[in-house]
Amino acid sequence: MSAVLLFLSAFLASAVEMVEALTIVLAAGLARGWRSALVGVAAATGALAVVVAALGPALTTIPIGDLRLIVGALLLVFGLQWLRKAILRAAGVKPLHDEDAIFARELEHAGEAEAAGSGPVDWYGFTLAFKGVLLEGLEVAFIVVTFGSTQGNIPLAAVGALVALMIVAGVGLVVRAPLARVPENAIKFAVGTLLTTFGIFWASEGAGARWPGSDLALPGVLAFVCGCSTLLVVVLRRRKAASLAPAGVEA
Amino acid sequence: MSRLVSFVRFWWEFVVGDDWLVAVAVAAGIGATAALASEHVAAWWLLPLVVALALYVTLRRATAD
Repeated sequence: MSAVLLFLSAFLASAVEMVEALTIVLAAGLARGWRSALVGVAAATGALAVVVAALGPALTTIPIGDLRLIVGALLLVFGLQWLRKAILRAAGVKPLHDEDAIFARELEHAGEAEAAGSGPVDWYGFTLAFKGVLLEGLEVAFIVVTFGSTQGNIPLAAVGALVALMIVAGVGLVVRAPLARVPENAIKFAVGTLLTTFGIFWASEGAGARWPGSDLALPGVLAFVCGCSTLLVVVLRRRKAASLAPAGVEA
Repeated sequence: MSRLVSFVRFWWEFVVGDDWLVAVAVAAGIGATAALASEHVAAWWLLPLVVALALYVTLRRATAD
């Protein structure tokens, strides 16, 4: 069960971040030329590889109890950020993340920027692609390394991220447009739920608590987080509907 | 100096995000769990409860306007 959840968490979280990175890279490539954008992607991938190579072995030297406490706390605040946004969007309080709008905005900005220098690499396109891939990739690396090391299975988390990369990159190559059809908020909701679940589980264990049934408690925590989040979406939707209803009309 | 500020801001946004209250609630919840566990009291139920409350409060704060 833990292995399935580990793979699923790494896969979904990576897919969301990669869709965002792909949107920026496509805008850079279309507006400034593919050469610079792809060089930017390669440079960011190299930088990420260095970060993961430095971070992974360092984490394995920390005692597992301390590691679970630190990673659990980080995942918890990280997961709650995702869940908070996903709940607000699902309830209609916050606008949905629009990859089409982001793509159009990035494309416009990239087109407006003047070409810097006459060398083989356009530095604006390079920087745009590099920054997009590095920032989104850092989030993927963080999730893969922390999830993998805490569960003692970095390869499985890395496989989840790799499968996501292959699917997102494959679809990106075929459509060459932002992946606006991906139900991003639904995936973010699922990822937020999973990160929060693992965060609660590991942070509690790291703080010295013992779960009834050990790992078997994980599905129970997942159900609890899922139930609370769904309930909060319903409550916020009702509150929004009530606030929009004309005065004197019962909502 | 501005690079240092950007660096700190990046990590603040990366870890703390839109509402610092969530991070404070998580830290307090973990601290209370550790305190209970050190007294050999069952503490597994505490963090889920804190998380549910923190989520409710942060969403109320976000929709207060």
